[in-house]
Amino acid sequence: METDPQLPARLARDLDGSFEALVVAHQRLVFGLALRVVGDRGDAEEVAQDTFERAYHALAGYDAERVAAMRLRPWLARIALNLARNRLRRRPPPSRPLEDGGGQPLAVAAPAAAEPAQVAERHQERALLAELLACLPRGQREAVVLRHVEGLPYAEVAEVLGRPVGTVKTHVHRGVRQLRIELEAREARKERTP
Amino acid sequence: MTNHLDDHPDGGWRRLAEGLQGLSADPPATLRPAVLERVGLADVCWTVDGPAGPLLVASNGRGISATAPGGDQDRFAERFRARFGRPLRPLDRPPARLAVQVERLLGGGRAGRPPRYDLRGTSPFEQAVLAKAQEIPRGQVRPYAWVAGELGRPAAVRAVGAALGRNPVPVLIPCHRVVGSDGRLTGYAWGVPYKRTLLAAEGADPDELELLGRRGTRFFGSDTTRIYCYPTCRHARRVTGPHLQRFAGAAEAAAAGYRPCRVCRPPALAG
Repeated sequence: METDPQLPARLARDLDGSFEALVVAHQRLVFGLALRVVGDRGDAEEVAQDTFERAYHALAGYDAERVAAMRLRPWLARIALNLARNRLRRRPPPSRPLEDGGGQPLAVAAPAAAEPAQVAERHQERALLAELLACLPRGQREAVVLRHVEGLPYAEVAEVLGRPVGTVKTHVHRGVRQLRIELEAREARKERTP
Repeated sequence: MTNHLDDHPDGGWRRLAEGLQGLSADPPATLRPAVLERVGLADVCWTVDGPAGPLLVASNGRGISATAPGGDQDRFAERFRARFGRPLRPLDRPPARLAVQVERLLGGGRAGRPPRYDLRGTSPFEQAVLAKAQEIPRGQVRPYAWVAGELGRPAAVRAVGAALGRNPVPVLIPCHRVVGSDGRLTGYAWGVPYKRTLLAAEGADPDELELLGRRGTRFFGSDTTRIYCYPTCRHARRVTGPHLQRFAGAAEAAAAGYRPCRVCRPPALAG
């Protein structure tokens, strides 16, 4: 499931010459995952930098055979997840209001005044969904992010989280069900109060 | 990409799945260069006040990788890429920790940790030569032959000169403190006048050193301690006029019953 199936072999042959390709191929996953765990773009960028730095030094230390056989995506996601969890543990948890009122813990661009209503609505939906996702229990949230935000297959999600595929599927299903319940509750409320 | 919609194939799920996919975030444009700079596959460039005018410094996560006389950043970037094969990105503000270490080093203070250097691309011998050059105190000089002797390769004087000429971080690693045995400044990558300015700024007197050399003086001795030193050694400079002896070589000093200084370590015999 590598984006570039030749990349591990190239890294094994020439780490310095191929490392940038690894960053380009996986920065979206690494940053996106970090963002959904730590909730702040600045922190997420630092986690992403740390992730790739660790990866570089680890790859430099492994022998070529080991590097050539690596599955980079789940490996990187696992490093990123661990570093993001550590960072979260080191600072007090931000208050995450369930209602999308005052607080804006997730960086979402505020809709500009001139924005068409449709775009503004999409921004709002995005912010709401990010907020609801942030409120899920950690296990469910991480599983849903890996599976449905970052699009990893279940086998890789299980590898990243270090859990059996069955457990991971249960977490994803429960998380998704919770999100749907919350969303539907909001829709219903909106219809009641025009 | 797998089709996530199979999981719960109904309309409400479809909207939710699209919403979740939409949460995938674009990484900031600064991420890639920052990573490459941290692992040493790209460098940043900044300017400090050097002893002989502004100094351009290149660095990455491994340490300081190059220096150049101040001014033309574009030219520096071009030459840097030609030598190291890496891009150089100008910074408005120097990296805080390195800048403090460099200022302290150039200020002549002894306190604090010297900056780390990224000397990939130099050979073990070259690294040994550069390490030896860093042992020469500010305001002092040693001959090429001294470096070669200290490394246990007394015949490798020319190789020492070549290694110093390839110093990627002149000024910070003080290859300018290595001179000819006769006190002449000989070569310098940025030109001998630059070397002269640097030495003068550090408190060595290059004109006087050259004059001494022309007159055949290699070492100073003290007739009270009966120890001989390189002329710029701090012990030699403490010797007062009437007690100062001049020697043209180690053999002459030895014949007069003098022993070499344990601090500046001049050769014990022929020299």
